[in-house]
Amino acid sequence: MKEYSTPAEAVDAETTVTLTVNGETRQLAIPPNVVLLDALRDRLGLTGTKKGCDHGQCGACTVHVDGQAVNSCLKLAVMCEGHEVTTVEGLASDAGLHPVQQAFLEQDAYQCGFCTPGQMMSATALLEDERIGTDDAAVREAMSGNICRCGAYKNILAAIQSARGQSPSAQQESENP
Amino acid sequence: MRSFAFSSAENIEQAVSAQSDNAGEGAYIAGGTTLIDLVKLDVMRPAQVIDLNGLPLKEVEQLDDGRLRIGALVSNTDLAHHPLVTEHYPLLSQALLSGASTQLRNMATTAGNIMQRTRCPYFRDVAAACNKREPGSGCDALEGVNRMHALLGTSEHCIATHPSDMCVAMAALGATLTLEGPNGSREIAFGDFHRLPMDRPDLEHELEPDELITHITLDTPVVGGGSHYIKLRDRASYEFALASAAAVVAIEDGVIRDARLALGGVATKPWHAVEAEQALTGQPASNESFEEAAEIALAEAVSREHNAFKAPLARQAIVRALKHATQAAMNS
Ligand SMILES: Cc1cc2nc3c(=O)[nH]c(=O)nc-3n(C[C@H](O)[C@H](O)[C@H](O)COP(=O)(O)OP(=O)(O)OC[C@H]3O[C@@H](n4cnc5c(N)ncnc54)[C@H](O)[C@@H]3O)c2cc1C
Ligand code: SF4
Ligand code: FES
Ligand code: FES
Repeated sequence: MKEYSTPAEAVDAETTVTLTVNGETRQLAIPPNVVLLDALRDRLGLTGTKKGCDHGQCGACTVHVDGQAVNSCLKLAVMCEGHEVTTVEGLASDAGLHPVQQAFLEQDAYQCGFCTPGQMMSATALLEDERIGTDDAAVREAMSGNICRCGAYKNILAAIQSARGQSPSAQQESENP
Repeated sequence: MRSFAFSSAENIEQAVSAQSDNAGEGAYIAGGTTLIDLVKLDVMRPAQVIDLNGLPLKEVEQLDDGRLRIGALVSNTDLAHHPLVTEHYPLLSQALLSGASTQLRNMATTAGNIMQRTRCPYFRDVAAACNKREPGSGCDALEGVNRMHALLGTSEHCIATHPSDMCVAMAALGATLTLEGPNGSREIAFGDFHRLPMDRPDLEHELEPDELITHITLDTPVVGGGSHYIKLRDRASYEFALASAAAVVAIEDGVIRDARLALGGVATKPWHAVEAEQALTGQPASNESFEEAAEIALAEAVSREHNAFKAPLARQAIVRALKHATQAAMNS
């Protein structure tokens, strides 16, 4: 059994967690009750990921863990040991913005922008997920875990649909058939 | 958030002994979507959190007898899209996909979903009186804002709903849970697992503090059955049910040969409407039979100040679920 700390010890004892964040190996010394959202924002300075509700009810904190969209506010950082985390800071590459970021820009898919990082993380995950349908209704349903207080939903949907087929992996495939 | 010690179990034995060693003061964590939410609210206060994600319980497999065995840690997303589920148990897939959000379903697990706690706002607020959270303290929902609360299976001590969608499908389909404890494993029927609140709403299920759910095995699918899950709620998605119904119907010569019916959003546990099922069997697959089944399913409903609207809502959910299930059976 891997013991990070035992009940007898001070439960605030810090433990070392090694994870990959946006392709880089990072080490954190944190108590076990730190959620991934706070670890990213407060310990790693990656403040692109937003805290809305802190209870799984808004999607502002959405990041990818091993390619899957999750609510980082409900995920313990210690449970990410050995896993790959991608945040909104990891979307763009040397080649420029991610097609989803570019589409959000072009389609004016935000107003205040607070929900936008979470929206884009859900959008990039759903475009890579073959189990999710491609019609507007399926996309709206798959995106329902991201609340937009400004009501930019219409343009968010348009942005996602216009980015379809331009995801980095699709581009790679067409370059190397 | 309150602090806790943390450990990762590498096998089932370790997970069980970690719990028996600290006298049930610990809590297992799978997806964490219920546990972390409630630890943040100070409603759940585990001294130790035991991570189950290293356990080999992520498989879905068909048994020789035709039943489907689901590992406790299979995520709600993977289960909903599993080919054996979409082919033989579309009802379960539909119910799972109607629950929560993409992100939450990616995290949530099969056993965690069964073990999720009520969304009663007084249970979630440590300043309120709640017999489920603090036995004997009273129930602020009885005379409070009880619009979301239950009509069936309630008591004078608690009227909270069981919020799961997945469990409603399982109650209709029939299933068996496999539990592992310090003295080995045992099985329990899904319908016997969740308890009615009665005078001890804090005791929600038959799992002992040092037991672990390892598998959920679905009964063989109803031969020639069509199914449908309908969920009625305040917004179209990412919201708990006000009323939901899961139906399976098999038809022969226009007559119902086999019917399964379960309700969500209106009951204190995933609600298997056994009497309504019995009444449907042998009847013509008509609106009249469906209306009568709904009447029977809701005969014992007790409403409070703000939730009487749920009875007609549930009636409509039942009739529509049975109608769509019948159509699905005819088309299959
Ligand atoms: C905003 C929000 C909206 C939601 N909407 C819906 C909805 O519409 N429909 C719906 O059905 N659900 C909904 N949910 C609930 C969600 O489905 C549950 O939180 C989830 O299924 C719990 O699974 P988990 O693996 O995350 O559980 P965890 O949080 O890891 O665990 C929950 C409980 O189960 C125990 N446990 C976990 N695994 C085991 C095991 N193998 N053996 C014994 N005990 C175990 C834990 O100790 C804990 O007490 C929603 C949740 C949120 C936060
Ligand atoms: S309905 Fe149940 S959970 Fe809600 S306050 Fe009353 S006792 Fe607590
Ligand atoms: S901050 Fe995580 S869902 Fe709202
Ligand atoms: S753009 Fe303001 S919350 Fe979505």
